[in-house]
Amino acid sequence: MGDISRIQKRPVTDQDAENITRVEELAYELKVEAVMTKEPSTVTPETSMLETLNLFRQIRISGAPVVNNHELLGIISIEDLIRSLQENDLSSPVSKYMSSTILTIHGSDPVIEALKLFVNSHKGRLPVLDQDNQLIGIITKGDITSGILKALQKDYHAEEIKRYRASHLFEDINSDRSSLILRYNIKQGDFIHGGSASSAIKSALLRLGATPQMARRTGIAVYEAEMNLIIHSTNGGVIRVEIEPHQISINISDDGPGIEDIELAMRPGYSTATETVRELGFGAGMGLVNIKRCVDSMRLESVFGKGTNLRLKIFLQSEETVGEASGSNKET
Amino acid sequence: MNVKDLITLIDGHLYNPSANLDREVKGGCGADLMSDVLASIQPEAVLLTGLCNPQVIRTSMMADVAAVIIVRGKTPPKETIDLASQEELALISSPFGMFELCGRLHRAGLPSLERAVGDEPCSCDE
Repeated sequence: MGDISRIQKRPVTDQDAENITRVEELAYELKVEAVMTKEPSTVTPETSMLETLNLFRQIRISGAPVVNNHELLGIISIEDLIRSLQENDLSSPVSKYMSSTILTIHGSDPVIEALKLFVNSHKGRLPVLDQDNQLIGIITKGDITSGILKALQKDYHAEEIKRYRASHLFEDINSDRSSLILRYNIKQGDFIHGGSASSAIKSALLRLGATPQMARRTGIAVYEAEMNLIIHSTNGGVIRVEIEPHQISINISDDGPGIEDIELAMRPGYSTATETVRELGFGAGMGLVNIKRCVDSMRLESVFGKGTNLRLKIFLQSEETVGEASGSNKET
Repeated sequence: MNVKDLITLIDGHLYNPSANLDREVKGGCGADLMSDVLASIQPEAVLLTGLCNPQVIRTSMMADVAAVIIVRGKTPPKETIDLASQEELALISSPFGMFELCGRLHRAGLPSLERAVGDEPCSCDE
Protein backbone atom coordinates (compact mmCIF):
# COMPACT_ATOMS: atom_id res chain seq x y z
CA MET A 1 0.00 0.00 0.00
CA GLY A 2 3.01 2.27 0.36
CA ASP A 3 3.13 2.50 -3.40
CA ILE A 4 -0.33 3.82 -3.85
CA SER A 5 0.00 6.63 -1.32
CA ARG A 6 3.14 7.80 -3.09
CA ILE A 7 1.32 7.87 -6.39
CA GLN A 8 -1.54 9.88 -4.96
CA LYS A 9 0.72 12.46 -3.31
CA ARG A 10 2.61 13.29 -6.48
CA PRO A 11 0.80 16.10 -8.28
CA VAL A 12 -0.49 14.92 -11.65
CA THR A 13 0.37 17.39 -14.39
CA ASP A 14 -1.80 17.89 -17.49
CA GLN A 15 0.88 16.12 -19.47
CA ASP A 16 0.73 13.09 -17.14
CA ALA A 17 -3.03 13.06 -17.36
CA GLU A 18 -2.90 13.09 -21.15
CA ASN A 19 -0.57 10.12 -21.16
CA ILE A 20 -2.76 7.96 -18.95
CA THR A 21 -4.34 5.38 -21.17
CA ARG A 22 -7.81 3.96 -20.77
CA VAL A 23 -6.22 0.64 -19.80
CA GLU A 24 -4.37 2.29 -16.93
CA GLU A 25 -7.56 4.04 -15.82
CA LEU A 26 -9.38 0.72 -15.88
CA ALA A 27 -6.68 -0.90 -13.71
CA TYR A 28 -7.67 1.60 -11.01
CA GLU A 29 -11.42 1.65 -11.73
CA LEU A 30 -12.13 -2.06 -12.04
CA LYS A 31 -12.55 -4.04 -8.83
CA VAL A 32 -11.02 -7.46 -8.35
CA GLU A 33 -14.46 -9.02 -7.78
CA ALA A 34 -15.59 -7.81 -11.22
CA VAL A 35 -12.91 -9.75 -13.09
CA MET A 36 -12.17 -12.75 -10.80
CA THR A 37 -13.43 -16.28 -11.34
CA LYS A 38 -16.30 -16.70 -8.89
CA GLU A 39 -16.89 -19.82 -6.81
CA PRO A 40 -13.71 -21.53 -7.93
CA SER A 41 -13.26 -25.29 -7.66
CA THR A 42 -11.46 -26.10 -4.40
CA VAL A 43 -9.71 -29.11 -2.92
CA THR A 44 -9.28 -30.18 0.69
CA PRO A 45 -5.93 -30.95 2.37
CA GLU A 46 -6.87 -34.62 2.23
CA THR A 47 -7.58 -34.69 -1.54
CA SER A 48 -4.92 -36.80 -3.24
CA MET A 49 -2.56 -35.32 -5.80
CA LEU A 50 -3.99 -37.74 -8.42
CA GLU A 51 -7.53 -36.45 -7.85
CA THR A 52 -6.20 -32.93 -8.09
CA LEU A 53 -4.49 -33.77 -11.39
CA ASN A 54 -7.79 -35.13 -12.77
CA LEU A 55 -9.68 -32.05 -11.58
CA PHE A 56 -7.19 -29.70 -13.25
CA ARG A 57 -7.38 -31.69 -16.46
CA GLN A 58 -11.18 -31.89 -16.46
CA ILE A 59 -11.98 -28.24 -15.96
CA ARG A 60 -8.73 -26.96 -17.49
CA ILE A 61 -7.35 -24.96 -14.59
CA SER A 62 -3.79 -24.69 -13.36
CA GLY A 63 -4.35 -24.01 -9.68
CA ALA A 64 -6.97 -24.21 -6.91
CA PRO A 65 -7.42 -22.99 -3.32
CA VAL A 66 -7.09 -25.59 -0.58
CA VAL A 67 -9.98 -25.20 1.84
CA ASN A 68 -11.07 -26.91 5.02
CA ASN A 69 -14.48 -25.99 6.48
CA HIS A 70 -14.46 -22.65 4.65
CA GLU A 71 -11.01 -21.89 5.96
CA LEU A 72 -8.37 -21.12 3.35
CA LEU A 73 -5.24 -23.17 4.02
CA GLY A 74 -3.18 -22.81 0.88
CA ILE A 75 -2.93 -22.98 -2.88
CA ILE A 76 -2.16 -26.04 -4.95
CA SER A 77 -0.86 -25.37 -8.44
CA ILE A 78 0.35 -27.25 -11.49
CA GLU A 79 3.96 -26.67 -10.38
CA ASP A 80 3.21 -28.61 -7.17
CA LEU A 81 1.70 -31.40 -9.26
CA ILE A 82 4.87 -31.60 -11.34
CA ARG A 83 6.95 -31.95 -8.18
CA SER A 84 4.79 -34.83 -6.96
CA LEU A 85 5.02 -36.46 -10.40
CA GLN A 86 8.82 -36.22 -10.28
CA GLU A 87 8.77 -37.97 -6.93
CA ASN A 88 6.25 -40.48 -8.28
CA ASP A 89 4.08 -39.54 -5.34
CA LEU A 90 0.61 -38.88 -6.81
CA SER A 91 -1.10 -40.79 -3.99
CA SER A 92 0.01 -38.29 -1.33
CA PRO A 93 -2.50 -35.74 -0.01
CA VAL A 94 -2.52 -32.16 -1.22
CA SER A 95 -1.35 -30.95 2.20
CA LYS A 96 2.12 -32.36 1.48
CA TYR A 97 2.72 -30.26 -1.66
CA MET A 98 0.51 -27.17 -1.35
CA SER A 99 2.03 -23.79 -0.74
CA SER A 100 0.71 -22.48 2.54
CA THR A 101 2.26 -19.03 2.45
CA ILE A 102 -0.81 -17.43 1.00
CA LEU A 103 -1.02 -13.99 -0.50
CA THR A 104 -4.65 -12.90 -0.72
CA ILE A 105 -6.53 -9.93 -2.05
CA HIS A 106 -9.92 -8.41 -1.29
CA GLY A 107 -12.74 -8.35 -3.79
CA SER A 108 -13.19 -4.62 -3.28
CA ASP A 109 -9.53 -3.84 -4.10
CA PRO A 110 -8.78 -2.27 -7.46
CA VAL A 111 -7.26 -4.55 -10.08
CA ILE A 112 -4.00 -2.56 -9.92
CA GLU A 113 -3.38 -3.98 -6.41
CA ALA A 114 -3.62 -7.52 -7.75
CA LEU A 115 -1.26 -6.61 -10.59
CA LYS A 116 1.29 -5.26 -8.10
CA LEU A 117 1.11 -8.47 -6.07
CA PHE A 118 1.58 -10.54 -9.22
CA VAL A 119 4.62 -8.53 -10.22
CA ASN A 120 6.24 -8.60 -6.77
CA SER A 121 5.46 -12.20 -5.80
CA HIS A 122 5.67 -14.15 -9.07
CA LYS A 123 2.50 -15.99 -8.00
CA GLY A 124 0.21 -17.23 -10.74
CA ARG A 125 -3.06 -16.79 -8.88
CA LEU A 126 -4.46 -15.07 -5.80
CA PRO A 127 -7.42 -16.19 -3.67
CA VAL A 128 -9.99 -13.40 -3.35
CA LEU A 129 -11.63 -12.78 0.03
CA ASP A 130 -14.65 -10.73 1.13
CA GLN A 131 -14.75 -8.39 4.15
CA ASP A 132 -15.21 -11.38 6.48
CA ASN A 133 -12.15 -13.03 4.96
CA GLN A 134 -14.27 -15.71 3.33
CA LEU A 135 -13.06 -17.10 0.01
CA ILE A 136 -15.22 -15.69 -2.82
CA GLY A 137 -13.07 -16.30 -5.88
CA ILE A 138 -9.69 -16.62 -7.48
CA ILE A 139 -7.90 -14.23 -9.79
CA THR A 140 -5.16 -14.81 -12.39
CA LYS A 141 -3.36 -12.44 -14.75
CA GLY A 142 -5.51 -13.91 -17.51
CA ASP A 143 -8.68 -12.89 -15.63
CA ILE A 144 -7.37 -9.33 -15.46
CA THR A 145 -6.53 -9.23 -19.16
CA SER A 146 -9.93 -10.51 -20.24
CA GLY A 147 -11.71 -8.29 -17.69
CA ILE A 148 -9.99 -5.17 -19.03
CA LEU A 149 -10.65 -6.25 -22.60
CA LYS A 150 -14.34 -6.67 -21.84
CA ALA A 151 -14.49 -3.25 -20.18
CA LEU A 152 -12.78 -1.66 -23.16
CA GLN A 153 -15.27 -3.29 -25.51
CA LYS A 154 -18.10 -1.96 -23.39
CA ASP A 155 -16.56 1.55 -23.66
CA TYR A 156 -16.34 1.15 -27.40
CA HIS A 157 -19.92 0.03 -27.57
CA ALA A 158 -21.08 2.99 -25.47
CA GLU A 159 -19.25 5.33 -27.87
CA GLU A 160 -21.03 3.72 -30.84
CA ILE A 161 -24.39 4.20 -29.17
CA LYS A 162 -23.56 7.85 -28.46
CA ARG A 163 -22.72 8.44 -32.10
CA TYR A 164 -25.84 6.68 -33.24
CA ARG A 165 -27.97 8.78 -30.91
CA ALA A 166 -26.38 12.03 -32.11
CA SER A 167 -26.97 11.14 -35.73
CA HIS A 168 -30.64 10.52 -34.93
CA LEU A 169 -31.00 13.50 -32.58
CA PHE A 170 -33.91 15.23 -34.26
CA GLU A 171 -35.88 12.05 -34.84
CA ASP A 172 -36.27 11.48 -31.14
CA ILE A 173 -37.57 14.98 -30.50
CA ASN A 174 -41.11 15.88 -31.35
CA SER A 175 -41.71 19.50 -32.34
CA ASP A 176 -42.88 21.50 -35.33
CA ARG A 177 -39.35 22.65 -35.92
CA SER A 178 -36.32 21.39 -33.99
CA SER A 179 -32.87 22.90 -34.06
CA LEU A 180 -29.62 22.71 -32.19
CA ILE A 181 -27.85 25.99 -31.45
CA LEU A 182 -24.12 26.22 -30.77
CA ARG A 183 -22.60 29.51 -29.57
CA TYR A 184 -18.95 30.48 -29.36
CA ASN A 185 -17.40 33.68 -28.00
CA ILE A 186 -14.34 34.69 -29.99
CA LYS A 187 -11.64 36.92 -28.48
CA GLN A 188 -9.97 39.64 -30.50
CA GLY A 189 -6.29 38.90 -31.19
CA ASP A 190 -6.44 35.31 -29.89
CA PHE A 191 -4.41 33.74 -32.67
CA ILE A 192 -3.38 30.77 -30.55
CA HIS A 193 -6.95 29.52 -30.19
CA GLY A 194 -8.10 30.84 -33.54
CA GLY A 195 -9.99 28.10 -35.31
CA SER A 196 -10.93 26.11 -32.23
CA ALA A 197 -14.60 27.12 -32.54
CA SER A 198 -14.61 26.07 -36.20
CA SER A 199 -12.99 22.75 -35.27
CA ALA A 200 -15.66 22.15 -32.65
CA ILE A 201 -18.42 23.00 -35.13
CA LYS A 202 -16.95 20.70 -37.75
CA SER A 203 -16.75 17.75 -35.32
CA ALA A 204 -20.28 18.44 -34.06
CA LEU A 205 -21.58 18.26 -37.62
CA LEU A 206 -19.74 15.01 -38.30
CA ARG A 207 -21.13 13.59 -35.09
CA LEU A 208 -24.62 14.59 -36.15
CA GLY A 209 -24.14 12.58 -39.32
CA ALA A 210 -23.21 15.33 -41.80
CA THR A 211 -21.25 14.18 -44.86
CA PRO A 212 -17.49 14.93 -44.76
CA GLN A 213 -17.99 17.37 -47.66
CA MET A 214 -20.71 19.25 -45.83
CA ALA A 215 -18.65 19.42 -42.64
CA ARG A 216 -15.66 20.65 -44.65
CA ARG A 217 -17.63 23.40 -46.43
CA THR A 218 -19.11 24.63 -43.18
CA GLY A 219 -15.77 24.34 -41.38
CA ILE A 220 -13.90 26.40 -43.96
CA ALA A 221 -16.58 29.13 -44.07
CA VAL A 222 -16.76 29.45 -40.29
CA TYR A 223 -12.98 29.32 -39.94
CA GLU A 224 -12.49 32.29 -42.27
CA ALA A 225 -15.18 34.18 -40.35
CA GLU A 226 -13.65 33.23 -37.01
CA MET A 227 -10.25 34.52 -38.16
CA ASN A 228 -11.94 37.73 -39.32
CA LEU A 229 -13.28 38.27 -35.80
CA ILE A 230 -9.82 37.64 -34.32
CA ILE A 231 -8.06 39.92 -36.81
CA HIS A 232 -10.50 42.76 -37.42
CA SER A 233 -13.03 43.09 -34.59
CA THR A 234 -12.61 45.62 -31.80
CA ASN A 235 -13.85 43.46 -28.91
CA GLY A 236 -14.14 40.03 -30.46
CA GLY A 237 -17.52 38.62 -31.40
CA VAL A 238 -19.95 35.73 -31.33
CA ILE A 239 -20.46 32.79 -33.65
CA ARG A 240 -23.90 31.22 -33.50
CA VAL A 241 -24.62 28.09 -35.47
CA GLU A 242 -28.15 26.79 -35.76
CA ILE A 243 -28.32 23.24 -37.02
CA GLU A 244 -31.55 21.91 -38.44
CA PRO A 245 -31.98 18.65 -40.37
CA HIS A 246 -32.14 20.47 -43.71
CA GLN A 247 -30.07 23.59 -43.17
CA ILE A 248 -27.23 25.12 -41.22
CA SER A 249 -27.58 28.82 -40.41
CA ILE A 250 -24.51 30.63 -39.17
CA ASN A 251 -24.51 34.08 -37.67
CA ILE A 252 -21.24 35.87 -36.96
CA SER A 253 -21.52 39.23 -35.28
CA ASP A 254 -19.32 41.82 -33.60
CA ASP A 255 -19.73 45.32 -32.22
CA GLY A 256 -17.06 47.07 -34.20
CA PRO A 257 -15.35 48.61 -35.99
CA GLY A 258 -17.61 47.80 -38.97
CA ILE A 259 -16.72 47.68 -42.65
CA GLU A 260 -16.46 51.03 -44.42
CA ASP A 261 -17.10 49.79 -47.93
CA ILE A 262 -18.66 46.31 -48.21
CA GLU A 263 -18.31 46.16 -51.99
CA LEU A 264 -14.59 46.84 -51.69
CA ALA A 265 -14.24 44.29 -48.85
CA MET A 266 -15.79 41.61 -51.05
CA ARG A 267 -13.30 42.22 -53.86
CA PRO A 268 -10.76 39.35 -54.09
CA GLY A 269 -7.37 40.47 -52.82
CA TYR A 270 -8.60 43.57 -51.01
CA SER A 271 -7.35 43.60 -47.44
CA THR A 272 -6.95 45.99 -44.54
CA ALA A 273 -4.90 43.50 -42.49
CA THR A 274 -1.67 44.56 -40.81
CA GLU A 275 1.77 43.20 -41.63
CA THR A 276 1.72 41.03 -38.46
CA VAL A 277 -1.50 39.36 -39.53
CA ARG A 278 -0.11 38.76 -43.02
CA GLU A 279 2.94 37.11 -41.51
CA LEU A 280 0.56 34.63 -39.91
CA GLY A 281 -0.70 33.67 -43.35
CA PHE A 282 -3.91 35.66 -43.23
CA GLY A 283 -5.12 38.94 -44.59
CA ALA A 284 -4.70 37.98 -48.22
CA GLY A 285 -8.05 39.55 -48.98
CA MET A 286 -9.62 36.21 -49.79
CA GLY A 287 -11.57 35.51 -46.58
CA LEU A 288 -15.00 36.80 -47.57
CA VAL A 289 -14.54 35.47 -51.11
CA ASN A 290 -13.77 32.00 -49.72
CA ILE A 291 -16.77 32.13 -47.40
CA LYS A 292 -19.06 33.03 -50.27
CA ARG A 293 -17.79 30.08 -52.31
CA CYS A 294 -18.53 27.62 -49.51
CA VAL A 295 -22.08 28.62 -48.59
CA ASP A 296 -25.42 28.69 -50.37
CA SER A 297 -26.40 32.12 -49.19
CA MET A 298 -24.45 34.93 -47.59
CA ARG A 299 -25.66 38.24 -46.25
CA LEU A 300 -23.15 40.78 -44.98
CA GLU A 301 -24.41 43.83 -43.12
CA SER A 302 -22.15 46.35 -41.53
CA VAL A 303 -22.43 49.80 -40.09
CA PHE A 304 -19.09 51.58 -39.99
CA GLY A 305 -18.36 52.47 -36.40
CA LYS A 306 -21.05 50.09 -35.08
CA GLY A 307 -20.40 46.51 -36.06
CA THR A 308 -20.75 43.74 -38.58
CA ASN A 309 -23.23 40.91 -38.98
CA LEU A 310 -22.56 38.03 -41.36
CA ARG A 311 -25.33 35.51 -42.02
CA LEU A 312 -24.55 32.30 -43.83
CA LYS A 313 -26.81 29.45 -44.85
CA ILE A 314 -25.94 26.01 -46.07
CA PHE A 315 -28.78 23.86 -47.38
CA LEU A 316 -28.65 20.11 -47.05
CA GLN A 317 -30.06 17.86 -49.73
CA SER A 318 -32.55 15.26 -48.53
CA GLU A 319 -29.91 12.49 -48.66
CA GLU A 320 -27.43 14.39 -46.49
CA THR A 321 -29.53 15.73 -43.63
CA VAL A 322 -28.08 15.87 -40.15
CA GLY A 323 -29.52 14.48 -36.95
CA GLU A 324 -32.03 12.15 -38.59
CA ALA A 325 -31.75 8.77 -40.21
CA SER A 326 -33.06 9.62 -43.67
CA GLY A 327 -29.54 10.33 -44.94
CA SER A 328 -27.79 7.50 -46.76
CA ASN A 329 -24.28 8.22 -45.50
CA LYS A 330 -24.47 7.54 -41.81
CA GLU A 331 -21.39 5.37 -41.61
CA THR A 332 -19.68 7.69 -39.12
CA MET B 1 1.96 7.11 -51.13
CA ASN B 2 1.53 7.13 -47.38
CA VAL B 3 2.93 9.55 -44.80
CA LYS B 4 5.83 7.21 -43.99
CA ASP B 5 6.97 7.11 -47.65
CA LEU B 6 6.62 10.86 -47.76
CA ILE B 7 8.97 11.37 -44.81
CA THR B 8 11.66 9.19 -46.42
CA LEU B 9 11.34 11.04 -49.71
CA ILE B 10 12.01 14.48 -48.21
CA ASP B 11 14.51 13.61 -45.42
CA GLY B 12 11.73 14.74 -43.13
CA HIS B 13 11.65 15.03 -39.36
CA LEU B 14 8.34 14.02 -37.79
CA TYR B 15 7.41 16.11 -34.73
CA ASN B 16 4.53 13.97 -33.51
CA PRO B 17 5.30 10.24 -33.71
CA SER B 18 1.75 9.39 -32.57
CA ALA B 19 0.35 10.54 -35.93
CA ASN B 20 -1.02 7.91 -38.29
CA LEU B 21 1.88 7.17 -40.67
CA ASP B 22 -0.19 4.83 -42.80
CA ARG B 23 -2.56 7.60 -43.86
CA GLU B 24 -2.68 7.89 -47.63
CA VAL B 25 -1.54 11.10 -49.28
CA LYS B 26 -3.41 11.67 -52.53
CA GLY B 27 -1.56 14.73 -53.78
CA GLY B 28 0.04 17.99 -52.77
CA CYS B 29 -0.53 21.69 -52.32
CA GLY B 30 2.04 24.38 -51.54
CA ALA B 31 1.07 27.77 -50.10
CA ASP B 32 1.95 30.26 -47.39
CA LEU B 33 -1.36 32.06 -47.41
CA MET B 34 -3.92 30.12 -45.42
CA SER B 35 -6.79 31.63 -47.39
CA ASP B 36 -5.17 30.34 -50.56
CA VAL B 37 -4.98 26.90 -48.98
CA LEU B 38 -8.64 27.03 -47.95
CA ALA B 39 -9.66 28.23 -51.39
CA SER B 40 -7.73 25.76 -53.49
CA ILE B 41 -6.79 22.56 -51.66
CA GLN B 42 -8.68 19.33 -52.23
CA PRO B 43 -9.08 16.73 -49.46
CA GLU B 44 -6.30 14.29 -48.44
CA ALA B 45 -3.42 16.40 -49.79
CA VAL B 46 -0.07 17.05 -48.14
CA LEU B 47 0.33 20.76 -47.42
CA LEU B 48 3.76 22.31 -47.98
CA THR B 49 4.18 25.64 -46.27
CA GLY B 50 6.74 28.04 -44.87
CA LEU B 51 4.43 29.02 -42.03
CA CYS B 52 4.75 27.36 -38.63
CA ASN B 53 2.01 28.86 -36.46
CA PRO B 54 -0.90 26.80 -35.06
CA GLN B 55 -3.20 28.19 -37.75
CA VAL B 56 -1.44 25.90 -40.22
CA ILE B 57 -2.84 22.93 -38.28
CA ARG B 58 -6.29 24.51 -37.86
CA THR B 59 -6.44 25.26 -41.56
CA SER B 60 -5.36 21.70 -42.32
CA MET B 61 -8.07 20.26 -40.10
CA MET B 62 -10.73 22.33 -41.82
CA ALA B 63 -9.46 21.33 -45.26
CA ASP B 64 -8.96 17.60 -44.50
CA VAL B 65 -5.21 17.77 -45.11
CA ALA B 66 -3.39 14.40 -44.75
CA ALA B 67 0.01 15.74 -43.56
CA VAL B 68 1.85 19.06 -43.16
CA ILE B 69 5.42 19.71 -44.32
CA ILE B 70 7.21 22.78 -42.98
CA VAL B 71 9.75 23.76 -45.66
CA ARG B 72 13.32 25.03 -45.29
CA GLY B 73 13.98 23.28 -41.97
CA LYS B 74 12.04 25.71 -39.81
CA THR B 75 11.18 24.56 -36.29
CA PRO B 76 7.51 25.03 -35.45
CA PRO B 77 6.64 26.46 -32.01
CA LYS B 78 5.35 24.21 -29.22
CA GLU B 79 1.72 25.36 -29.72
CA THR B 80 1.80 24.09 -33.29
CA ILE B 81 3.34 20.74 -32.34
CA ASP B 82 0.85 20.32 -29.48
CA LEU B 83 -2.11 21.02 -31.71
CA ALA B 84 -0.82 18.64 -34.39
CA SER B 85 -0.39 15.93 -31.74
CA GLN B 86 -3.86 16.56 -30.38
CA GLU B 87 -5.37 16.30 -33.85
CA GLU B 88 -3.08 13.36 -34.74
CA LEU B 89 -2.02 15.11 -37.94
CA ALA B 90 1.55 14.36 -39.10
CA LEU B 91 3.72 17.50 -38.75
CA ILE B 92 6.99 17.13 -40.65
CA SER B 93 9.84 19.50 -41.33
CA SER B 94 12.25 19.12 -44.23
CA PRO B 95 15.57 20.86 -44.83
CA PHE B 96 14.66 21.55 -48.47
CA GLY B 97 12.96 24.62 -49.90
CA MET B 98 9.46 24.83 -51.33
CA PHE B 99 10.43 24.45 -55.00
CA GLU B 100 12.72 21.48 -54.37
CA LEU B 101 10.09 19.74 -52.25
CA CYS B 102 7.25 20.27 -54.71
CA GLY B 103 9.57 18.94 -57.43
CA ARG B 104 10.54 15.85 -55.46
CA LEU B 105 6.96 14.97 -54.60
CA HIS B 106 5.70 15.60 -58.12
CA ARG B 107 8.50 13.45 -59.58
CA ALA B 108 7.54 10.69 -57.15
CA GLY B 109 4.10 10.66 -58.73
CA LEU B 110 2.15 12.89 -56.36
CA PRO B 111 -0.33 15.02 -58.37
CA SER B 112 -1.28 18.61 -57.62
CA LEU B 113 -4.35 18.93 -55.42
CA GLU B 114 -4.47 22.69 -55.88
CA ARG B 115 -7.44 23.73 -57.85
CA ALA B 116 -6.93 26.52 -60.36
CA VAL B 117 -8.92 29.70 -59.72
CA GLY B 118 -12.29 29.84 -61.41
CA ASP B 119 -12.63 26.11 -62.03
CA GLU B 120 -15.82 25.72 -60.10
CA PRO B 121 -18.18 27.98 -58.22
CA CYS B 122 -17.14 26.36 -54.95
CA SER B 123 -13.75 24.74 -54.81
CA CYS B 124 -14.23 23.36 -51.33
CA ASP B 125 -17.33 21.38 -52.24
CA GLU B 126 -15.35 18.27 -53.03
